[in-house]
Amino acid sequence: MNASDLVSGPILARRSGGGSARALLLRVGAILIVLWSVSPFLWQLSTAFQEDKKLVSSSPSFIPDPLTFIHFYNIFVIKKFQIYLLNSIIVAGTATLLCTLFGTLTAFALARLRVRYRFGILGLILTVSMFPQIAIVGPLYLIASQLGLLDTYISLIIVYLTFGLPLMIWVLFGYFSSIPREIDESAGIDGAGPFRTLFLITLPMSLPALVTTGLISFIAAWNEFMFALAFTSDIRHQTVPVGIANFQSLYFVPWGDLSAASVVVTIPLVLMVLFFQRQIISGLTSGAVKE
Amino acid sequence: MATKALSTSIATVSAGAMRRGRRALAPVILMLAPSLAVLLSVSIYPVFNGLWLSLRNTSLVFQTDAFIGLDNYSAMVADPKFWNAWRNTLVFTASSTALETVLGLLMALILFETFGGRGWVRASMLIPWAIPTVVTSKMFAWMFDGQNGIVNYLLRTAGLISGNINWYGSADHALLTIVIADVWKTTPFMALLLLSGLQTIPGSLAEAARIDGASEWQYFWRIRLPLLAPTLLIAALFRALDAFRIFDLVYVLTGGGPADATEVLSTLTYKTLFSALQFGPGSALSSAIFFTEMLIALCFGIAVTRKIKAVSR
Repeated sequence: MNASDLVSGPILARRSGGGSARALLLRVGAILIVLWSVSPFLWQLSTAFQEDKKLVSSSPSFIPDPLTFIHFYNIFVIKKFQIYLLNSIIVAGTATLLCTLFGTLTAFALARLRVRYRFGILGLILTVSMFPQIAIVGPLYLIASQLGLLDTYISLIIVYLTFGLPLMIWVLFGYFSSIPREIDESAGIDGAGPFRTLFLITLPMSLPALVTTGLISFIAAWNEFMFALAFTSDIRHQTVPVGIANFQSLYFVPWGDLSAASVVVTIPLVLMVLFFQRQIISGLTSGAVKE
Repeated sequence: MATKALSTSIATVSAGAMRRGRRALAPVILMLAPSLAVLLSVSIYPVFNGLWLSLRNTSLVFQTDAFIGLDNYSAMVADPKFWNAWRNTLVFTASSTALETVLGLLMALILFETFGGRGWVRASMLIPWAIPTVVTSKMFAWMFDGQNGIVNYLLRTAGLISGNINWYGSADHALLTIVIADVWKTTPFMALLLLSGLQTIPGSLAEAARIDGASEWQYFWRIRLPLLAPTLLIAALFRALDAFRIFDLVYVLTGGGPADATEVLSTLTYKTLFSALQFGPGSALSSAIFFTEMLIALCFGIAVTRKIKAVSR
């Protein structure tokens, strides 16, 4: 199969008259997909800038009028949302860095060094990635509480690091395997050990794959909820999802504040995703639909 | 392609030289140890620990901790709450997986074609995937709010309903609302998976179909769908695996209510573990989830192996 076979495009020749109807249909479909994907978030964005009394009026307005920043004031000044943000940045950031380091080492060893049971190890890692998290949250809670690790960053970092590892190892294993061997072969002849080969030769060539896997594991750690909920009980170590889930006033649901907080945590993710979309799509789909 | 073939052959030739140079054991151990240690202690050990706990009456309230055999399991299957959660989980898993597969296929077929702005459409589809599930829950809670929700407003304005629907606040519509939220969040991702499957179908087949005068409809049913079937199956199983363990969406949107109408296995387990602090019964529940998931994963593994064999044949 050569590359030109895979070019996508109108597959069958357009029949007389069918062309414009088909193009119109496609256009409508594309618009519907975009509406589907972005409209809930846009409504959230609009809500974040509207006054509470406008939000409960009988006919809602889509454009904030008057524009207000009161919800952002509420979340940062009254609810100390920045503490959750900082906790999330520390936890997700550290977990991602460690995950990248561990995953790189393991993937390199599996792809390049003589490892017995190489595919056994890869299969085991894939199996572990399918374990439901609810099955381990109880035992890990008991262990963490015995070690005095509840309400610490370190317990969440270790858990998120573990969750990110399987995908990291699999994607990097595939990437390292695709790099021509003669490149690090020549480094081996020059006397470099595996560690030097990895850090001086293979890694600099693998930046795109590292960015992809790093982003995916960061987003996963940033979004994780169940363990953060179980392992933390006060604002000093709680992450953003727990903070948002606990946003409740005594007498009413603060939709405006909630939307403001949602917008604050989502916009960085949306920007990252839009910027790196090509890499993320290839990273996410490579695992599931391998040729 | 040619350079790749060349490099592969060079690699084969030099592989012998390579093996001689890389026999040292120390680097292998140093490189594998951190990951394997973490996976063993944080994933594999806790699963076995959970199975062990499920045979004990461990409770943080009564301070009991003794071996009681399968008592937790027999109590579990005698509990109507378990069967209620089991039914809700199955209904959710089946309906969300089916909807996401069909809608995802539709989206993938659209994305496969060439049109202006396709890159933007594809990029926008990653937004639902990237948004934290907790945020998705709150977002849908607001949109589907029984009094001031925009969905009720739009349906009323369009004349589709006369009065407000109490979406997730009523036992009749709560599970439906959760399915809708999950379908919103996951379908675009499903579409991207299926799109990458569509792109592996050789264009020469479309060419042949065109020459034989096949209609677009025939081409879809006779060629594309059969060729895409393995990918569809794998993607659906992958989704089912994920849907069966749903937690965040339910816990934040309804908390399992109203009147247990949306209680799923994960939320029931979580409450048994962390609200009732009953680690024995909770572990029996989580082990039940574990075994079901491994069953789905086994089907998944078989499907993947079959596909790899079919491709390499």
